[in-house]
Amino acid sequence: MTIGAMRDEWYPVGLRSKVDANGQQTLLMGEPIRLHESEGGEIVVETADGRRLPVVIGHGHVWTSLGQPDKPLFAIPEADQPGRRLVEVGVVRVRCSPLRAVENFLDIAHFPFVHTDILGAEPHTEVERYEVEIREHEDEVWATKVKFYQPQAAKSAAGGITTDYMYRVPAPTCSVLYKTCPARPGEWDVITLFVQPLTEELCDVWPWMALYDDVTPMTDLIHFQQMIFLQDRSILENQIPRRLPLDPGMEIPTRADLTSVAYRRWLKRHNYTYGAQLVAQ
Amino acid sequence: MKLYDYILSPSCYKVRLLAALLGIPLELRAVDFHPGGEHRTPALLALNPAGSIPILEDDDLRLTESAAMLVYLASLKSSDWLGRDTAAEAARTEQWLSFAQRLTASLGGARLCEMLLRPGDLAALQAAGIAALRELEAALVEQRLRGERFLVADRPTIADIACFPYVALAPDGSVSLDPYPSIRLWLRAVRALPGFIEMPGIHRLHELKPEPVHGAEGEPA
Repeated sequence: MTIGAMRDEWYPVGLRSKVDANGQQTLLMGEPIRLHESEGGEIVVETADGRRLPVVIGHGHVWTSLGQPDKPLFAIPEADQPGRRLVEVGVVRVRCSPLRAVENFLDIAHFPFVHTDILGAEPHTEVERYEVEIREHEDEVWATKVKFYQPQAAKSAAGGITTDYMYRVPAPTCSVLYKTCPARPGEWDVITLFVQPLTEELCDVWPWMALYDDVTPMTDLIHFQQMIFLQDRSILENQIPRRLPLDPGMEIPTRADLTSVAYRRWLKRHNYTYGAQLVAQ
Repeated sequence: MKLYDYILSPSCYKVRLLAALLGIPLELRAVDFHPGGEHRTPALLALNPAGSIPILEDDDLRLTESAAMLVYLASLKSSDWLGRDTAAEAARTEQWLSFAQRLTASLGGARLCEMLLRPGDLAALQAAGIAALRELEAALVEQRLRGERFLVADRPTIADIACFPYVALAPDGSVSLDPYPSIRLWLRAVRALPGFIEMPGIHRLHELKPEPVHGAEGEPA
């Protein structure tokens, strides 16, 4: 399997705050890489044979690429607003396709069943109509006007509320979620899922958040997000087929899956196929 | 009663689970175990020099071993849960409380390697975990032949709570539970207990599924 067009994209490979002079080893699309902080405070990422890879620092993480990215790392302007707390949730390894990890993040219908009494609850299982588009100028997948009833939408939420969501896929293994901010109505909380593809069926997931919440201790914010993501992990590791099917015939989408359909279509259009299954088997 | 807690820690979950089953309220103090490593900071080491969580405080009592916490909670509320009705039952309960440490070291170690990228010999941890699961499966088969659904009796005890979390989370360390039908029935029986609470990776029973009926499963026709 060749890496294809995904080779020239940016991927998260570590928390900036955790990379020091001792360095750390990891894997990117099957290639062993090492990252460390130089004496001058610069982050260096190298392959095993000493090839220096491009590096950018952004959204709390170190990003690199095996290829030559022709655009900068996607921006999240909302996360730069003053007064937000930036939450480094830390890495979680998942035995699944990196594309499956993103697709699951985009799915709303599973909330009542996997995140019961937190992000959803029976009988409030209906996914109302929402809008999905591939924005040509930005070259991103967007889902907007998503609404869902949530018993405890965030650590700062006191009770059940109908939460508004927007989903955005700015890169093949990254998703940014904007959701109603209980502490500051009118603003969006930013919750991201950055996925590092280790292989086509193994990934390290780096959730990261930029929230308006001056009350909740940082550890509780971290744990809330870890709880949510770890509820997904056991589901992700049992999905079949292991790679994300991009051709019709393998899985039957429903209205609730519109974002997933658009994501798959966008992946296919760009030949973003690392972790994908191309022909229905 | 204050529990120094981590939402992803199976050992902390043992205490939360038994407290929920017994109806004992806990004050939870979240410890940033991952990625912060707070359990190894001076403040936490002052409470527990072993650098582990959970830590349970109640007035002037401070406990740092989850088995001791289970004994304490059960002793406060219900002698049924202590598993001490007979000499043999008491001894078997102690046996399982010690066995639970093997589960922590093996299946728990494999889970930390696989999930949170902690260092360790994954293959050796998984092999030790599988050996422990085989032993548990054999014991649960014996129990079922005796007509008992749980580890030391036909009622749940702290022995079940001590062993349940690391077994239920074995797949997190890429150890499958598919080969162990008696373990799976036992996990289901624990999840069906009134007042059961979940943790990430251990899902509650879905209401649409029928409750397991005692004696109906696995017995020859």
